[in-house]
Parts: sequence; structure tokens; C-alpha cells
Amino acid sequence: MRKILGIAAAALALGLGASASLAADKLKIGFIYVGPVGDHGWTYQHNEGRLAIEKKFGDKVETSFVENVSEGPDAERAIERLAREGHDLIFTTSFGFMNPTIKVAKKFPKVKFEHATGYKRAKNVSTYSSRFYEGRYVLGEIAGKMSKTNTIGYIASFPIPEVVRGINAFMLGAQSVNPDMKVKVIWVNSWFDPGKEADAAKALIDQGADIITQHTDSPAPLQVAEERGVYAFGQASDMIKFAPKAQLTAIIDNWNDYYVARTKAVLDGNWASEDVWGGFKDDMVDMAAYTNLPEDVAAAAKDTAAKIESGELHPFKGPIFKQDGTQVIGEGESLDDGTLLGMNWYVKGIDGQLPQ
Amino acid sequence: MASLDVIQAIILTLITASTPLLIAAVGELVAERAGVLNLGVEGMMIVGAVSGFAATLQTGNPYIGILAAILAGVLLSILFGFLTLSLVTNQVATGLSLTLLGLGLAGMLGSSFVGTPGVKLQKLDIPFLSDIPFIGPILFGQDILVYVSFALVALVAYVLFRTRIGLIVRAVGENHTSAHALGYSVIRVRYLAVMFGGGCAGLAGGYLSLAYTSLWVEDMTAGRGWIALALVVFSSWLPGRLLLGAYLFGAVGILQIHVQAAGWPIPSQFLSSLPYLATIVVLVVISRNRAVARTNTPACLGQPFVPDR
Repeated sequence: MRKILGIAAAALALGLGASASLAADKLKIGFIYVGPVGDHGWTYQHNEGRLAIEKKFGDKVETSFVENVSEGPDAERAIERLAREGHDLIFTTSFGFMNPTIKVAKKFPKVKFEHATGYKRAKNVSTYSSRFYEGRYVLGEIAGKMSKTNTIGYIASFPIPEVVRGINAFMLGAQSVNPDMKVKVIWVNSWFDPGKEADAAKALIDQGADIITQHTDSPAPLQVAEERGVYAFGQASDMIKFAPKAQLTAIIDNWNDYYVARTKAVLDGNWASEDVWGGFKDDMVDMAAYTNLPEDVAAAAKDTAAKIESGELHPFKGPIFKQDGTQVIGEGESLDDGTLLGMNWYVKGIDGQLPQ
Repeated sequence: MASLDVIQAIILTLITASTPLLIAAVGELVAERAGVLNLGVEGMMIVGAVSGFAATLQTGNPYIGILAAILAGVLLSILFGFLTLSLVTNQVATGLSLTLLGLGLAGMLGSSFVGTPGVKLQKLDIPFLSDIPFIGPILFGQDILVYVSFALVALVAYVLFRTRIGLIVRAVGENHTSAHALGYSVIRVRYLAVMFGGGCAGLAGGYLSLAYTSLWVEDMTAGRGWIALALVVFSSWLPGRLLLGAYLFGAVGILQIHVQAAGWPIPSQFLSSLPYLATIVVLVVISRNRAVARTNTPACLGQPFVPDR
């Protein structure tokens, strides 16, 4: 009897031990989000990436996230908490988390960090971002072909290089097929205010724009476009359900493949600090289905996207002129990443002044 | 650019932008006239927005959504009333927590509705009149809540200053001890005033998610509740001025957008701050005449009332 009990106890201990070691084998991955998962834009797409990791690796990983982390002092606490709780890989998904990430990374040299859209790196801190401008060039080309008034309405958030680059890429794409194109820009000075974005869309349409595009996060401008019978593009996510007749296509932030790849690197033991700025080629920027378009326009757009992907076409290829007419770059060359990252001027053809 | 069409378009968007501010502010005006400062307008608005959206989505009828939005605002204001009037907590602190609670609650209730296209409240064209060129669509082609907002202001102005009920409300806000001595139930009057304010805030939120845009997203009130609170002070607690203030605020906001679209070389950050600058300027102008400012401010505003037993 005693023997049986002993065996049972041993089996139990073994079982427990096995499950405990299994748990320890699980790779713990943490995410810090700046907004709510339900924002249907920036944070939503990052969370899709987290879910992609879970789907791909199943029991091998365990993910967790903290949402609505403000970019102030709270960020450091939130990141440090994840590090203390034994997370092996931590994604911090907003520009403002850069300094806190670096600070916490110093304290936890064994933990690997991935910071989105920043420029400070360390041995255990990688950075990554997307070349959204590649997608915007394609949008511009479509708009150039589809506009009847030759006027496009652009709803912009803040005058930072990322946004200015998007406006310029869009304009260059439009000019590539329609040199008379005009872009009207409205700065709403907010990433997210559906009411204000809707007002901006209405104002742009009232002033003659027949295509609306945006660098703000809510689907409100698309709804306005749908109502008023003009065309528009989705932002960050496929927003077709908000504007089934108005959306031509959308830029989709796709972090899924990158997140899966980085997780795999940690599991395989070959993770290293890198700086990734991926575009079409890396599948970090995707286009939603081309809808409400004539076939030839959709085909041309697909072709342009494919050329950008293969490297045959650079959205910022020369010659490029600034608004005041000074030449930035000559024929046959294209702008380097440094210039792109610091862009604070409009290309020729854009009306209005860039807020400094 | 200044063609009639653009001017008409500006006026139409201006009305949409001003309406939620007006509705929320007129409710708060009544609560403050009764002596209760409820800083939870933003919280009640956002809960109204999510409730209105959810109810509309379930039933397919935006009018039921409107009722749900009002009801949600009222429920939240009863909670505020219970805390500040029955338990005599600090009104400022309770109001602030109400906003935080509202934002959190709305986020939780609405999590499954994020990214769902909603049903939009249709314009209510008045036959024939809405066909009049230029002014027709402006005056007779609005959604029902625009008409309701004007009716509310007229009603509040009339009741507050022309009826006995209004006199009691103002007496309670002006001097609750005397009103109590005269035999009026200060607490009951304040409860009702707070509930009216809550209903209006909920309705204003519903306007955002049903008529302004037809979607629900977190934080979609984007500070409009706070602007409504400022408008009440701006109006020095007078409904007529409140109407003026809400439309001034809406107008400046819309005009700055049109100015930008027209490509005028004025910095957008400056333009975005214009509505707030306008508020400050008007506040300064109004408060220059101290005597007027003081006579209009309810003397017992924000003060708790504990009846002797």
C-alpha cells in the first residue's frame, strides 16, 4: 500500500514538475499600447499582430498587453512591470515610449525590447516602423485618375515628418498621372476626433474636393464621403464596412508577419537588435481590396504597388522640387531615408503653407 | 470661394457642430441655476453616446436610441445626485469622478460596438419649406434634434424666468436656506435639476453618435462636455447668451476648417485654438462688469445643503 502511494506521489511530483517546466518554457511576450484595442486604427492593428503570434505559436507562447498607456511617466512603470513579471520580449508600440523603453531596457539586459517608430536603439532594443508613404503614393495615383475636379481633400493630424511625408508621397503619386492635381490640406491637430474629422471632410467636399484621404484614425471622414457621394481611402485598417460605395482602397498597417518573425527569432535563439523600416516588400504595408474602381485604374494601381515592392519605382524619385521651386534632387536619384525621416517641406504643387 | 453654396455649407456644418454643445450646456445651466455644479458632463455625454448607439443598433430605430441616450444620462446623474445631495460629498470631486467613471463605463459597454457602422438619424425635411433656395435647407431641413435644441433653450428660458417653477429653481440656487425655510424641498428640486442636466448631456452624446457621425468610438466626445461647462459660465447662466455662445464656438471651429481648406496662410495650430481664445475673450469682456457677473452667478453654486432636522 505504502509502495503504491509512493509511486503515486512520485508520479504526481513528476507530473507537477513536468508541467512546471513546461510553463517555464513558454515564451512570455508583452505589449504596451498607447490607445484602446478597440480604436479600430493604430492600436487595433498592433493587437492583431499579437493575436497572430498566439495563432502561430499556440502553447509555446503566452502574450499579455496593457492598453491605454499614456506616453508620460506611466509608460516606464508599465514597461518595467512587464519586465519584472518575467516577459522575455516586450513590444512598445508608440513613438512616445522611446525613452522609457531604453531606460527599462538598461535595467533588464536579458529582456528583449522592440520599439515601434523610434530611433534610439540598444543591444536589447530593436526599432521598427512602416513605410506607409509607399501606400500613399499608390493612393495618390488612384486619386489622380479618379478625380473629376482635380482637387483632393487631405485631413492631416500633426505637422510631423511622418505626416508631411505622406502628403508629399500622395501628391507625387497624383502628379505622376495628372500634373494639374491640387491638394487641399486641413490640419485638425488631433489623431482622433471623429467629429472634427467629419467637419473637415465636409468642408473639403464643400470646397470642391471629390476625393478625401486622411492621416487621422477614425472612420468618420469615410462616412461623410459615403453620404456625400465622393470617394475616399481607408486609414490603418480596411474600413470598407463604413463606406461600401466610397472606399477605393485602404492602407493597412500589417504588423503580423513582423511580430511572428521576431517571436520566432527569440524562440530560435537568434534575435538581435535591428532597425527595420519595412514597406510593401516586407508586407508591413498592405493595400485593401481595390473597390469601386474601373478595372484599368485598379490594374495600374496594382502595377505601381508591385513596382514599388520590387524596388523598380521609388515614390520619392527625382526630380523633386520643393513648394518654392528649389530642386531637392535630380533626375535618376531618389531621396535617402535620412531626408525622408526629417521631411519638413511640401513638394511643388501643394497649396497652402506647412505649419512649422 | 465665398459663393452662396459654400456659405450655405458652412452654416449647415456650423449647426451640426453647435447642437451637441448647446444641448449639453442648457442642461448644465439648469443644474447650476439650482445650485449644483456637475463637472461630470463629459462622462454623461459619452455614456449617452454609447447607449444611444447601442440601442439604435439593436432596434434599428434611431429614435429609440435617442431615448436610450437620455435615459443613460439621467441614470448617471441620479448617481451623482445621490452622492452629492443625499450623501453630501464634494461636488467638484464627485463630478470629476463621474467623468472618469463615464469614460470607463462607456469604453466597457461599447467594446463590442467599436468598428460597427451605425444607423444615422435622418434629416427631417419639412415639405415645401425645405425647398426654398438657400434658407430652406438651413431652417427646415435639419434633423429633429436641432429643432429640439432650440425648443429646449426657449423652454428653459421661459420656465426659468416666467414661471413659478423657475422661480423656485432659482431661489434654491440663490439661497437654499431661505428656500428651505419657505418650505421648498431643496434636495428634491436639485435632484430634478441634476436629472434634467443629465438627460440633456446624454442626449448631446447621442447626437454625436447618431447625427454628427454615425459610429461609436472610445473618447468620441473629445472634450465637448468641458466646452459645454465653459459655455455655461460664458453665458453668465442666461439661456439666450448660451445659444449665442454655442453658435459662436461652433462657428469659429467650422470657419477655421474652411479657412484652412481655402489655403489661407494662417498657422493651423493658431486656428485650432481660436474657439478657446474666443471663449477667453468673451469671458474677460463679460466679467469686466463685476456687478452683472455676480448677480447672475447662483450664490449657492457648488455649496452642499444639509437641512436641519
